[in-house]
Parts: sequence; structure tokens; C-alpha cells
Amino acid sequence: MVRFILKNLLKACLLVVVVSFVVFCLVDLSPVDPVQANVGQAAYLTMSEAKRAQLEAYWGAGEPLPVRYGRWLAGLLQGDLGMSLRYNEPVTQVIAERAAPSLALLSIAWAGSGILGFVLGVGAGMAERRWPDRIIRGWCFVMTSIPSFWLALILLMVFAVALGWFPIGFAASIGVASADVTWADAIHHLALPAICLTLAGVAPVCLHTREKVVEFEAGDVAGFAKLRGEGPWQRFWRHGLRNVALPALTLQCASIGEIFGGAVLVEEVFSYPGLGQAAVTAGLGSDVCLLAGIAVVTALLVFGGNFAADLLYGVIDPRMREARAAKRAARGGVLGWLVNRPEDYDEPLPDAGEVERGGSA
Amino acid sequence: MSEEPREKAIRSSATAPHEAPPHRSGEAHHHHTHAANSRHPGHHHLLQVEGLSAAFEMYAPGAPFFEAERRLVPVIRDVSLGVHEGEVLAVVGASGAGKSLLAEAIMGIAAPNERIVGRIWFDGELEDEAGIERLRSREIAFVPQSIACLDPLMRVGEQVRGIPRGKGAARKADVARRIERQRELFRRYRLDESVERLYPHELSGGMARRVLLCCALVDEPRLIIADEPTPGLDLQLAEAALADLRAFADEGGAVMLITHDIELALAVADRVAVFHDGTVVEETSVASFASPELLRHPFSRELWHALPEHDFAVASRSVR
Repeated sequence: MVRFILKNLLKACLLVVVVSFVVFCLVDLSPVDPVQANVGQAAYLTMSEAKRAQLEAYWGAGEPLPVRYGRWLAGLLQGDLGMSLRYNEPVTQVIAERAAPSLALLSIAWAGSGILGFVLGVGAGMAERRWPDRIIRGWCFVMTSIPSFWLALILLMVFAVALGWFPIGFAASIGVASADVTWADAIHHLALPAICLTLAGVAPVCLHTREKVVEFEAGDVAGFAKLRGEGPWQRFWRHGLRNVALPALTLQCASIGEIFGGAVLVEEVFSYPGLGQAAVTAGLGSDVCLLAGIAVVTALLVFGGNFAADLLYGVIDPRMREARAAKRAARGGVLGWLVNRPEDYDEPLPDAGEVERGGSA
Repeated sequence: MSEEPREKAIRSSATAPHEAPPHRSGEAHHHHTHAANSRHPGHHHLLQVEGLSAAFEMYAPGAPFFEAERRLVPVIRDVSLGVHEGEVLAVVGASGAGKSLLAEAIMGIAAPNERIVGRIWFDGELEDEAGIERLRSREIAFVPQSIACLDPLMRVGEQVRGIPRGKGAARKADVARRIERQRELFRRYRLDESVERLYPHELSGGMARRVLLCCALVDEPRLIIADEPTPGLDLQLAEAALADLRAFADEGGAVMLITHDIELALAVADRVAVFHDGTVVEETSVASFASPELLRHPFSRELWHALPEHDFAVASRSVR
């Protein structure tokens, strides 16, 4: 277990280095001139040559890439993500301010799309080829074809503009100090973006779950359950749910990245002050420290999701536990011997290959 | 001859041909001959299948995509067979001939695009669809061929116990009965008490086979349909598997053993139904396989010739 965690920590560190390096390279290649982008066209033209040089030094535009990246990495080791030039605040502070609304939005959309998608997927799979299946599948195909920002615009037009049920944007009512924002007000502002992201994220997990349910129903386990006189829902609760929930959970854990990607666009449409909106601002303004900081946080979030899925698999699936124990035994040592009963050595593990594949997916 | 069978026949609203007066041992009646221990309590078979056909509705193969017509592709044609109490009937046929489909059709399980017609009597009663559904797991139990049929994520003991029936107190009583029955079966089949806490993948081949049999026996069925119970087992385990089925029949139960292995069928069964080309071409006692002259259908004779020893005698049934 210790070895497993250490290995993954190392992977996470490597991921941070690679992601941040790619961000620095991309910003370096970007044609956006940070000085021009941040002071405005008119001010830039009327500015003196000396002032321009001073600003360039401030933005670090003249320095070569390895120097800038090396300095940022050195700062990172001390927990310093650098200064955000756009917000004129430390990057950690900008991210901390915006993480709360963003995480609220992401977690609601993640859990909501997961649960809704799973329930709909099960319903469609159990009614394979009958009308509920056709309707749910059709809806999923439509939802996957719709870009999330377009859906956000339509929801805004219908529910915020025409019906007036929800505010048209921001995380709180205009003119209210951030300390005075009530929970009800925050939730009211959060609702429409959260609904939009939830709807946009339903289709993959729904279609995947449907496929798994159909596969289960056509498989040997369901066939034998049928022959033992178990009805469709009886066998689903008894056998299907466990077998179908695992891959769905893995998929949902791995989809955090996609939901975050959707959140960037949806936050823009709803002017919702989250990490996504900050990422757009940072990208357009060549604010490399902030962009790298957000990229690193997001990468760790996605990594954490996948890691959680791996751990969950190990906890829930007995075959996976067994495979780990066998690995430990193969390494030898007292621990390996203790966790394996002697009779386990007699036979090779059935489906060991499949379990391994499932774990790494 | 008592009045009882006639009453039953009237109640089931159709008179089965076999409800006629009792027949003597060895006498050929509706397509088959008897073995010494085929019994007719109440003058009828435990399971009687008449004119069972199954067909799949599918698009014509080879036709252009948009012009393909739906048509019925028959897989089982007009099958008739009977299983008596106290006997093992082996259904023998080539692999992929549709034997497993036959078992499912008898138990009333159909794929969504499958059409099944035919008549089934159980214990002298003509059964409709609801009747067959009621029979599943109560009177007729199925032994699948492999451990892949068990839920990989559920402990073996719970799977053997199955789903309790009834509501409230009756359900509680049934749960207790099932636990008791499962432990009793495990003791009987020399499975350690700790086995009920294992997951299917942790079972050895021999344990898996006994667990599958326990699944079938937990509801105390009168008929067991076993689908290829021996492939993948070594000779010793295969013999043990067959001995367990034989013992069930000797205690008064009935067994329908589906297999592609004619040698095995002759070793353990009382009668053999030869399955060929989607139908049962001959249903006869094992003794008939002593000599090809006793077999009526050419395919049965082919099977006889395929046996490694031509002087195959009834004596080799001692395997049981």
C-alpha cells in the first residue's frame, strides 16, 4: 500500500512538471504580446519607448523561456505559484478565491450528471429497444451533439431572460458586498450553470451504463439468474447493480477533466467568477503564472479523480484485491505470505488479465 | 388404473397422448422405449415435451442491407421427449446443435427475437407460460456448465441460497430455511463451511461444480436440467459430477443431462435422446446402444460407430 501511494505521488509530481512546462511553452509561442494585451491599444500607442521597456521587464517578456520556467518551478517548490499580473495578486490567492464557487459548480455537476446518467442508463438498458430506451437514447444523442455553451445560451434565454426564474449571471446579486451574500442568493445564482453542466455531462455515463446493463442482461450471470426464476428487477438489484456501478463510477471519476472543460465555457456564458473564467482571462492576457497555476490545480483534480477510481475498484472488487495480494506475494516477503492463504497458490487467478486492464482504464 | 389421471387430464383441458392407460416396460410408446428404472407414478411422465419448436426472427442473411426481409430461422423443430422420475435422460448431440437452446426453451426462457411453440406437461399437468415460470427454480432446476454463471462480486453462500420468497414473517422463515438448507447441502457435498464466504473466482474446479449443483438443489426440485456439466473437468471430477446427478435420480428425482459426449451419456444415463438437425431423432434406452440393429435412426447408428469400442456393453455402466 505504501509503495502504491508513493508510486502515485511520484506520478502526480511528474504530471505537474509536464503540464506546467507545456503551459509555459504554449504561452511563449502565443502571438499575444502581454504588454499590448494588458495596457490597451490606445495607451500602448501613446506610450513612450522607455515606459514600454519598463512594462516589458515587469511582464518578463524579454526573458528566455528556460529562465522564466526555472524561476517558477523553484518558487513552486516553496509553495509559491508566483504573482498574477492580471489580478495583481499572488496566484494562490486568486485560485483560492475562485476555487470555492468553481468547486461547488463542479461537484454538483459531477454528482448530478453521474446519478442522473446512471439512473437513466439503467432505465434504458432494462427496457432495451422498447420506447423508454428509444427516448433516453435519442435524448443522449441530442445532448452529446449540443455544445455546452450553446445549451448555456438557450437556458439563459429561456429561464433567465424570458421566464425570469434565475439571474442572468454572476455568483451573487449585483451591488451586494461579498461578505453579505446569503446562501440562498448564492444557490440561486449557481442553479442555472449547474443545471447546464449537469445536463451536458449526462450523456456519456448514461450511454455507457445502458451498454453495460444490456451486456449484463445478455450475459451468463443474468441468464442463470433467469433460469433460477429471478425477475428482471430482482436480478438487477441482486447482481446487476454492483457489476454495472463499478465501470460507471470509474468513468465518472475519469470524466472530471471533461466537466471542467465544459465549466470553462459555461462560466464564461454565465459570467460566473470561477477558475474557468480566470483561465480564459489568464490565457488571453498572457498571464503565464496564473494559467500554469490553474492548469496544475486542474491536472491534480483530474489525477485525484482517477486515483480515487483506482482505490474504489480495489475496495469493491474482490478479484482486484486478490490480484494486488498476488502481486505482493509474487514480490515475496512476510507480508505477501501473510495475506495469501496457502491454497491460493494452487491455481492461477482467473480473469487476472481482465482485472488488470479494468484497473488501468 | 385409478380415476385420478383422467381427472387431471380433464382439469388441464387437453388430453395428452401419454395419459392413456399405463404401458409395460420395454414397450415403445410415443417415440420412446423404456429403461428398467423409468417409473410412471400416476401413469404419466414427470416432464413431457410435445412438438416443441423454436425459431429466431432475423433479417435474411446475405440480402442487401435495406432490402433484407425479416424471416424466421428455425433452430429447434418439433422436439418430443419425456423424462421419468428416477431416471437420467441424456440429450446427446453435436456441439452447437442447439441443445442449450432446447434447455432454455423447456424452461420458458426466450431471447427477445425468439418464437417458441409447443406443449409441455409437468407431472401430468399441461403448463401454460405462467405455469412454466412458476416451475422454474421450484420444481425444475438448472445446473449451468461453468462458474462464469455466478456473480463474481457476490459471496458463494448467498448465491446458493438464492432469493427468499414470501413477505413479512414468511420471508424471514424462508431466509432461515435457505441458510439451513445451504449449510446442509455444503455438508453433504463435503464443502467446508468457510466456502460460503468465498467469491466464485476463489473456488477450485471441483468446488465450483459442487457449488453449482447446490444452487440447483436449494429449492428441492424434482427435475434437474444439467447443461454440459463436465467439460473442463478432469476425469475424476467429471465422474464425481455424474455420480452426484446419478444419486439425485436414484433418490427419486429426474435428471435431463445435456451433453455432446455419447460415451459419458452411456456411462451414466438410463435413456438417450439423440439430438440431430434441431430435433430429437430417437429416444431410446441405453441398452439399445449395445448393437446398431437396435437403433432406428441412421444418425444414432453413426454415433454408435463413432464409439471407440464397438462391443460397447451395458456392463460399462458400472462407472456410476
